[in-house]
Parts: sequence; C-alpha cells; structure tokens
Amino acid sequence: MSNKRQFLDGVVATMPLVIAAFPFGVVYGAMAQTIELTVLQTVGMSAIVFAGSSQFIAVTLLASAASFPIIVFTIFIVNLRHMLYSANLIKRVQHWPQYWRAPLAFWLTDETFAAVSGRLLTQSDASGLRWFYFGSAIFMYSFWQLSSLLGFLLGQTIPGLSDWGLEIAMIVAFIGIVVPALKARAEWVCALTAVVAGIFCYDWPHQTGLLFSAVIAIVAGLLVERGQA
Amino acid sequence: MNYWWLVFAMALVTFLPRYLPMAFANKLKLSPLLLRALEFVPIAVLSVIIAQASFYRGGELDVGFSNLHLLAATGAVITGIVTRQMFSTIVAGLLVFSMLKLIAG
Repeated sequence: MSNKRQFLDGVVATMPLVIAAFPFGVVYGAMAQTIELTVLQTVGMSAIVFAGSSQFIAVTLLASAASFPIIVFTIFIVNLRHMLYSANLIKRVQHWPQYWRAPLAFWLTDETFAAVSGRLLTQSDASGLRWFYFGSAIFMYSFWQLSSLLGFLLGQTIPGLSDWGLEIAMIVAFIGIVVPALKARAEWVCALTAVVAGIFCYDWPHQTGLLFSAVIAIVAGLLVERGQA
Repeated sequence: MNYWWLVFAMALVTFLPRYLPMAFANKLKLSPLLLRALEFVPIAVLSVIIAQASFYRGGELDVGFSNLHLLAATGAVITGIVTRQMFSTIVAGLLVFSMLKLIAG
C-alpha cells in the first residue's frame, strides 16, 4: 500500500474517535474561557500539551487555585498510561528514525493508540504503519485545536454540554476496537479482569486505579496463557 | 508565576512518558515475558476506560436500566462478539443508545 493510502487509512480509522473526542475539546475550551484564560492560552495549551485528560485537570486545578507543582505532578501520574502505550509500540518503531519517533510520540493519545492497535490487531503487516499513525495523529491534532477554539468561542452559551451523553461515541468506538480483537482465552480473561478491576478502582485518585487495573488485567492474561502452555 | 511555564512543564511530563520507551526502543533489552505482557496493553487499558465510562454516570456506580450508556455498551459488546467487526459494533452501539434516548424521552 502506498504511503498516501496508509495516511488516509489512518484518518478514516480515527474518524469515530475524533467525533467522540470533539465534544471533550469543546468542553475544555468552554471551561478555560470561564476561568478567564485568553484564547491564546486556551488553544496554546491544546497545541503544546495535547492531552485531553491533562488539560481538564489543569483547568480544574487552576480554578481551585492549586499550586503549579501539584498540577504538574498530577498530570504526570495521569499520563503514565501513555508510557504503557509507547512501550507497547517498541517493536514497531525500532527501525524508525528518531525524527519520526519524537513527533509521533508527541501525538500519542488514547485515540491514535486505539486506531493503531486496531490496525495491528486486524492486519499483522506493519509496513507503512508510521504513515497510518501520522494520518491518525494529524487528524486528531487538528480537530483537537479546532474543538478547543470552538469551545472557547461558544463559552458559557452551551450550558450542560457534558450532559449530552456524547461520551457514548468514545465508549462504542473503543468497544469496536477491543471486542472484535478478543480471540484467545487469555485475551478474554484480560478484558474481563480489566472491566471488574476498573469498576472497583474507579474512585482512586488521579486515575491510578486505571493503571492498577490495567496491570492486574495484564497479569491475569499472562497467567491464563502460561497455564495453558 | 507565568502561565506559560505551567504549560511548558505540563508538556514535558506529558511528552516524556510518551517518548522515552520509543526513544530507547533499540537499546532496551526486554525479557520475552515483559514483551508478551506489553502486547496485552491495548486490551487491558481500553477495557478499563470502557468499563469506567459505562458503569459510572456522574461519578456514581449505576447498573440499573436508567444507565443508557451501559445498555448501549452491552449492545455493542454483543454485536462485536457476533460480527467480529469494528464498524457494525460502533453502529449497533450508537443505534441502541439513540433508540433508548428516544424512548426515555
């Protein structure tokens, strides 16, 4: 497949995830506007940091006048799951030059990781993957800026936007990636453990429950796999 | 303190976890067990996100029929198991959600 085709495939595969993330960007922009950030500060954070959950935490904590070190530390903890994503891609990026790896790492979000994983789970041929990834990332990045800007401009004119049930798009998009990929018993055990652990650890601070649940689920998957061998 | 210093620090603690494993991909010597463990990452992390987003509404655990997100997610999971296809799974989940939303008013 040509690089252009890979790029476009990446865009198409990320479409449902971009649609799902868009309202979150709008809500972020609106929140930033209410705590009196300027438009440059609002979109600037989206452009420089580019991490939905981090940005939500930042504006929430800024509103409650938390100190800068607290904000930065919280965001660091929340972002540790990206380290798992990055480590998952180690085998795929080994022959990529660093000038590809660094920007693609900057653009590594839940959405792009989900799209890239979806592609790897359904087609094992990883050639041209960086162009697929690039397409997914650019698409996601541009719409994130656009949604932040839109949220800022709309500001408080759309109250209760977060109650619209827009989260469903993200939920079903992730289900669409995970469920069809579940084949071996170990994978099923991993997914089910993740669900149960995730429910129990929901209240843990700074999404540490997310990390803990994921690790427990991975261990469960490995144990089942070893038990069968 | 300056807002942009905060943004810069945030960018750093966001970028480093994303980049470091990739940056040292050729130098890291990971055991076969660890490599296998990492292959479970997408299933594990995405499943936790799915579970937390569908079982909790407004910060409260909700397993009743009032939780439309959970019902739609269940519909999507069943479709995914039957069709083993991403597109139909997403469409089914969104359809179930819209229908329930209409019925629930």
